[in-house]
Amino acid sequence: MTKQLTRDDLLKAYRTMRTIREFEERLHTDFATGEIPGFVHLYAGEEASATGVCMNLTAEDHIASTHRGHGHCIAKGVDPVGMMAEIWGRKTGTCKGKGGSMHIADLSVGMLGANGIVGGGGPLVCGTALAAKLRGQPFVSVCFFGDGASNQGTIFEAMNLASVWNLPVIFLAENNGYAEATSSNFSVACDNIADRASAFGMPGITVDGFDFFAVYEAAGAAIERARQGGGPSLVEVKLSRYYGHFEGDQQTYRAPGEVQNIRDTKDCLLQFARRVTSSGQIAQAELDAIDAEVKALIDGSVVKAKSDPKPTEADLLTDVYVSY
Amino acid sequence: MARKITYQQAINEALDQEMSRDQNVIVMGEDVAGGAGSPGEQDAWGGVLGVTRGLYHKHPGRVIDTPISESGYVGAAIGAACCGMRPVAELMFVDFLGVCFDQIFNQAAKFRYMFGGKAETPVVIRAMYGAGFRAAAQHSQCLYNIFTHIPGLKVVVPSNPYDAKGLLIQSIRDNDPVIFLEHKALYTMEGEVPEESYTVPFGEAAVVREGHDVTIVAMGRMVQKAQEAAAELQKAGIHCEIIDPRTTSPLDTDTILESVEKTGRLVVVDESHPRCSMASDIAGLVAENAFGSLKAPIRQVTGYHAPVPFSDALEELYIPSAAKIIAAAKSVKEYK
Repeated sequence: MTKQLTRDDLLKAYRTMRTIREFEERLHTDFATGEIPGFVHLYAGEEASATGVCMNLTAEDHIASTHRGHGHCIAKGVDPVGMMAEIWGRKTGTCKGKGGSMHIADLSVGMLGANGIVGGGGPLVCGTALAAKLRGQPFVSVCFFGDGASNQGTIFEAMNLASVWNLPVIFLAENNGYAEATSSNFSVACDNIADRASAFGMPGITVDGFDFFAVYEAAGAAIERARQGGGPSLVEVKLSRYYGHFEGDQQTYRAPGEVQNIRDTKDCLLQFARRVTSSGQIAQAELDAIDAEVKALIDGSVVKAKSDPKPTEADLLTDVYVSY
Repeated sequence: MARKITYQQAINEALDQEMSRDQNVIVMGEDVAGGAGSPGEQDAWGGVLGVTRGLYHKHPGRVIDTPISESGYVGAAIGAACCGMRPVAELMFVDFLGVCFDQIFNQAAKFRYMFGGKAETPVVIRAMYGAGFRAAAQHSQCLYNIFTHIPGLKVVVPSNPYDAKGLLIQSIRDNDPVIFLEHKALYTMEGEVPEESYTVPFGEAAVVREGHDVTIVAMGRMVQKAQEAAAELQKAGIHCEIIDPRTTSPLDTDTILESVEKTGRLVVVDESHPRCSMASDIAGLVAENAFGSLKAPIRQVTGYHAPVPFSDALEELYIPSAAKIIAAAKSVKEYK
């Protein structure tokens, strides 16, 4: 049974989703100036997924993420100020400026890393879950992966392994419709990614990824099942990304108005706000206050990142090994 | 006189002792139990060549069979290592790295650096390597050079039972990802091995034989070939010094350079293909750092730039022989 959300939970969920949105919208703006090194893959539009899943997790649970990982990091409790510094290539970043957007990790909160390799996380969460199982700990592991990664052999191997070893793993497929520029209608052979679950002896479910509550409930049920020793599940979340594969992507493969239509009608933050205010659980003023606090946090993170020092030559060869 | 056991028994004993010492040590791989869940479980294989035989019953729940999914279980070992386990994953033949390399070189090797020094991945990946079993192109390669190329990995190539036990215990206790490579032709090699637990440090080459005329650097099974050659060369009045690096990453460059500075001549023996090999790496190291000491060109005795062949007639030609090492050593000694 998924835990009933308290008022504080609802406020936390909103703050998390708003923090992700603000973080990504700000990166979208700042990336266009050319000041941010490398490239970034933005999670805006998908906030209900990371948040709905991670609201069911504790710091002892593990997640593995993807190249589009900022949202997962924030939802799992990684400090956004350190993340911003990391993305700006600063020594004060989460990974001392050595990882960047695609490799933000914080094992102290159970975040195994964004991952530059599509499908790379599946095997890793089998390991964190195996460790919990062998130690008799009630911790679960979640592998976030996209529709593109759903076609990777590593995901198939990991799903089979998780079932064979009866591991507490949730395979969380975020189907945003496009693997880079290739539509999942073209590249995924079945109607729903969740249909593949039965082939690996686990339950599969497809949910609306714009609806925080739907994700929270579906993921919560799978997570609870895993915690009780019931084994792995596959949860497919259907959603959309508001920006391109990476920043600078002109998205010529998408229909005109596709994103705007989703923003206007399905946006997870709009839906969430409408639901909790119309039910009388939360006042609009409280949400507005969170918006202002989040904006100040992200503004501050950018100011700090811009003025923070970059790593120096002394940092080039450190952290390769524990000892060598 | 100390007890003699085989290279294979030394590896088994190292695993057994470390599993007894530390509950976080687990062993996983295809058939490492070998019969889990089958009617014949009581007589489980213990690995395709029996290296892990007996551990399954001795350490219940910690010798874990896997599906034939190398990416899946090697990655799982890496993930488990991230939360403090000390998994030893067996990749049966090193040639199978082709189906799991991403987990090794993009995940395990890079976590510590990418994550700003905040991750430790104490995983060991064991694999058999090497030619001589008529196993042909997909089961006979060396490939230690590929792992050695990757920062973040440590690479171990024991040449005898004593080193195999001590280096494997060191590998399990080490806090970085370690690739531990076992030459299949050495499994039956006997040698003196203490019963108690001990470690052999990484990055410390063994001077297997002392001499002043020619330095021979050889690793893995090639150490035996170099010893055969050196014994013959001795009869011809050529005194060889044999250096066994024992680990190719870290590499004990000091011992190699000091030896070459003494002898002025270098032969590197490496069973792998010659291009971008340990042989070329060590030759480059010496050329750059001990050029002034060299009295002759460096010679490399290696396999060929061809897959390992099947037919015994061809495979024997492929594998570096004592005769080739003798010829190389004579040529550098006689170089004018």
